[in-house]
Amino acid sequence: MKEFGFSITKDRQIDYDQNDHRLLNFVLENEPSFIVCISCGGCTATCSAGNLIDFNIRKLNILIRRGETEDLEREINKCMLCGKCMLVCPRGINTRNVILKIKEAIQKFR
Amino acid sequence: MKTEGKKRVWEDYQKEIAEDHYYFQRSCIRQNFFPGSETAFLKILTGELGRDIMDDPHHTTCTGIGYHADIVPFDTTMTVVARHFALMTENGYENMIISCVTSFGIYTEILETWKHFPEVLARARRYLKKATGREFNIPKNVTHASDIIYKFKDQIAAKAKYRLINQQTGEPLKVVEHIGCHYSKMFPSWGVGGAEFPYVLQGMVESWGGEVIDYPERRHCCGFGFRQYIVRANRGYSVANSKKKFESMKPYKPDFVVCNCPGCTMFMDKWQYTISEMEGKTYDEYGFGIPVLTYEEMAGLVLGYDPWELGLQMHQVQSEPLLDKMGIPYDPAEKYKTASGKTFRLPAEPTSLKVCV
Repeated sequence: MKEFGFSITKDRQIDYDQNDHRLLNFVLENEPSFIVCISCGGCTATCSAGNLIDFNIRKLNILIRRGETEDLEREINKCMLCGKCMLVCPRGINTRNVILKIKEAIQKFR
Repeated sequence: MKTEGKKRVWEDYQKEIAEDHYYFQRSCIRQNFFPGSETAFLKILTGELGRDIMDDPHHTTCTGIGYHADIVPFDTTMTVVARHFALMTENGYENMIISCVTSFGIYTEILETWKHFPEVLARARRYLKKATGREFNIPKNVTHASDIIYKFKDQIAAKAKYRLINQQTGEPLKVVEHIGCHYSKMFPSWGVGGAEFPYVLQGMVESWGGEVIDYPERRHCCGFGFRQYIVRANRGYSVANSKKKFESMKPYKPDFVVCNCPGCTMFMDKWQYTISEMEGKTYDEYGFGIPVLTYEEMAGLVLGYDPWELGLQMHQVQSEPLLDKMGIPYDPAEKYKTASGKTFRLPAEPTSLKVCV
């Protein structure tokens, strides 16, 4: 491949038709409560890990729903599984199980 | 919506195009990269349609590239354009044809500025008088060269030797039409079909038997954008725009692309080479790339002009597969011959993109 002194800028369009939805489908199948999430961000506000480092559960939720799962493994390992997010969730989602299922799915679809 | 209503609405999207007696303003890029296009335009207008057009050797660049690169100030550009109007006035013309979409954008921007700010017009007149001693009239009609071909499309269709039909299958050729942003996105009333439904190229293609592809990124910019390609570090952004268009049009299997803007023609053509060298990708089935033509080259092929006289060999993506589809005969031995019969130096072959040498 030739070097022209520049590279082709990566497209940042979110293409829902092209993206990989296997991970989302796996989590929804195994933790159905995940479907009622309204992205209020209560989980993120109360997150122990998020108070100390750059970690955002709501962002992960959006990325999974978009099918953008490339950097997910590095992010998800920041969770300490303390479960405080479960206590504040207004929709009663088992967020800790959601995290566990995401980890499981990453292993499964790697 | 009733048909009458549609027709009435569509009338709002039309522009006035002069019948005859034009002063021609050439394009810097097109003369260099597609040297046969403007010659073909003049040949069609004078030879085929019998119109009066003046090709004046005294006019200069419109400064568009320098202006959009923030090198040339607006007042300088305005004075240069005023000089072109002065040349037109001195030669007794009132209708101007502009070959380049960038220039067309410059002219429309200046004319609209003068319309709303008469003091700026007075300033331009003063600058021109001081610099050159000339005076000028504002042209009665300003059109892009593609508007003219659009106006006479049916007369060209009546004289057509070949149509935009695949001779092997009998199906219409699938055409991607790409209209330069500065044609009507800035001042919609200056373009046929406005900014929403630019019809100038689609009208030609349909009139000559082809079928226009309506693909998702049809109205996306080609990525030319002056500062994007002039600054080398930004070229990745420029090529990414073209790539987005190619990815979007590829599933529709276009036979060729036609553009009315010199920058778009150049980049849609040459970025195919760049993408093929950087990523090994080509956007047709056989690795030749998608030929990119100017509207005069398309008109020239329809009228049966020699492809090599139209300068198709000067494009990056070679047009032989398209010529075969249209059933146009060509002599490969003549491809790289000059008018005096000498063979000019053959171009180097790309790594991935296939070319017919």
